[in-house]
Amino acid sequence: MKKYTFAEKKDTRSGFGAGLSELGKTNPNVVALCADLTGSLKMDAFAKDHSERFFQIGIAEANMICIAAGLTIGGKIPFTGTFANFSTGRVYDQIRQSVAYSGKNVKICASHAGLTLGEDGATHQILEDLGLMKMLPGMVVINPCDYNQTKAATIAIADYKGPVYLRFGRPSVPNFTPVDQKFEIGKAVMLNEGTDVTIFATGHLVWKAIEAGEQLAALGINAEIINIHTIKPLDNKAVLTSVKKTRCVVTAEEHQMNGGLGDSIAQLLARELPAPLEMVAVKDSFGESGTPDQLITKYGLDTVNIVDAVKKVIARK
Amino acid sequence: MASSAELEKICSQVRRDIVRMVHAVNSGHPGGSLGCTEYLVSLYFDIMNHDPENFTMDGIGEDLFFLSNGHISPVFYSVLARSGYFSVSELATFRKLNSRLQGHPTTHEGLPGVRVASGSLGQGLSVAVGAALAKKLNKDNSIVYSLHGDGELQEGQIWEAAMYAAGKKVDNIISAIDMNGQQIDGSTDHVLPMGDLRAKWEAFGWEVLAANGNKISEVTEILNKAKTLSCKGKPVMILLKTEMGHGVDFMMGSHKWHGVAPNNEQLAAALNQNEESFGDY
Repeated sequence: MKKYTFAEKKDTRSGFGAGLSELGKTNPNVVALCADLTGSLKMDAFAKDHSERFFQIGIAEANMICIAAGLTIGGKIPFTGTFANFSTGRVYDQIRQSVAYSGKNVKICASHAGLTLGEDGATHQILEDLGLMKMLPGMVVINPCDYNQTKAATIAIADYKGPVYLRFGRPSVPNFTPVDQKFEIGKAVMLNEGTDVTIFATGHLVWKAIEAGEQLAALGINAEIINIHTIKPLDNKAVLTSVKKTRCVVTAEEHQMNGGLGDSIAQLLARELPAPLEMVAVKDSFGESGTPDQLITKYGLDTVNIVDAVKKVIARK
Repeated sequence: MASSAELEKICSQVRRDIVRMVHAVNSGHPGGSLGCTEYLVSLYFDIMNHDPENFTMDGIGEDLFFLSNGHISPVFYSVLARSGYFSVSELATFRKLNSRLQGHPTTHEGLPGVRVASGSLGQGLSVAVGAALAKKLNKDNSIVYSLHGDGELQEGQIWEAAMYAAGKKVDNIISAIDMNGQQIDGSTDHVLPMGDLRAKWEAFGWEVLAANGNKISEVTEILNKAKTLSCKGKPVMILLKTEMGHGVDFMMGSHKWHGVAPNNEQLAAALNQNEESFGDY
């Protein structure tokens, strides 16, 4: 098992803030909009340094999404910022008609996704956002794993023309991705080459997958670990190449089982390469208040759950 | 500047296009389209600075128009074609398979003149505000226009955009409401009384004007007045008193022709009431 280390834990939302700030300096067409969550989204630096290109919309997310669509007419590249819940479910029709169907170059940037926003509870813990967004034709869906990757993804999506959903979160997680690693939309990242099972993980659960890989190695199980930061378009080639070798799969994500990464991989494999598959995801349930760690444990998204899923899926081979 | 007589001749042809388009596919929305004919003709043939032959999505240096109540696509398509965005013969493809003239306007099929999809109501004012902000960033002094139904004002997002545009001084926008007092289930007063709309828009901080939307001279005059009031710190709203179905006597004054096409006899009667001034498509 390849050894991964990290200097510090950092929140992915700060990676977004840092990426946006850099874009402010390098790309004059980048504009940012926020619905009264500038501090939470770490957009303060952009707002301060580029006040003429920052639009404080107030608590009106529907208005924000459609203003962003309008700003593209005239060549701007709008980045909208609010919590994942208010970035997707609350404004689904606005995104569908004015952004996706209209083919607008809007970057919908969503923080506090999943259970790990913690104590605020289920009203804010959206676990359906990846599914909602990936169903929209033409929408790119990205869920990076740490600070460095979120920063790189933020910068990369400015150069891609078309609607993008970028998902990140609140808790501090190990920042292990190399600072200079290029972010390629739709290109999976191989973290560990193995032969016995493939673990496809996304977002915060990528580090859990690495921890699981270490524990599995101690048990003599050689796991291939792949970071799927882009849910859509899925890197079909990387998935199929790996599963041809390992012949069984575990997926791991901080999302509902319905509609998430596991669902996308299961669809692909059912069509092209049927193989035993286990999903580490939330099982048709809302979240609740608690610390991020408590919630990860209670809802079965921890390292041990990935290890158990691997044992189970290998037994099914 | 076009004369009222010239604009009226265009209106007559546009009305023929509208009823012929919806008749041909036995679907579409003639009532609101007929009621907004003067407004769109005045905008596209007199008021707006635009370049139909060289359509670009960004429309730099041009005035822009956003149709928020997308179901009145027949009048929008007719005016776009008659002003030169695409061939009038293409009007014959309205609502048919593989057409660029979808039931509700879209950018998806690449129809020149359309800059955003609309149909799901309440979104167009926000889009227009965004386009107006882009113009300000680009130091482009052009105006952004938008049109909305009165029933559409029941959508909450309209008021989010209204609050934002006034609060942030987005003053390069001139919007209009098609005040025909009708919506699908009946009169607006029957479905949901909206009270004093002038007072509401004024309370939100807009400059509010009103005119008879079916009298071309009044429409042109009010739009020119709106232009003089624009870029002075407030967004401008025009309340257009219109009659649904205007120009076709049996369609006037009722919500029944919101989304119903005329039959052969009704089409003939409607065409009799509107001169073929520029040649049917």
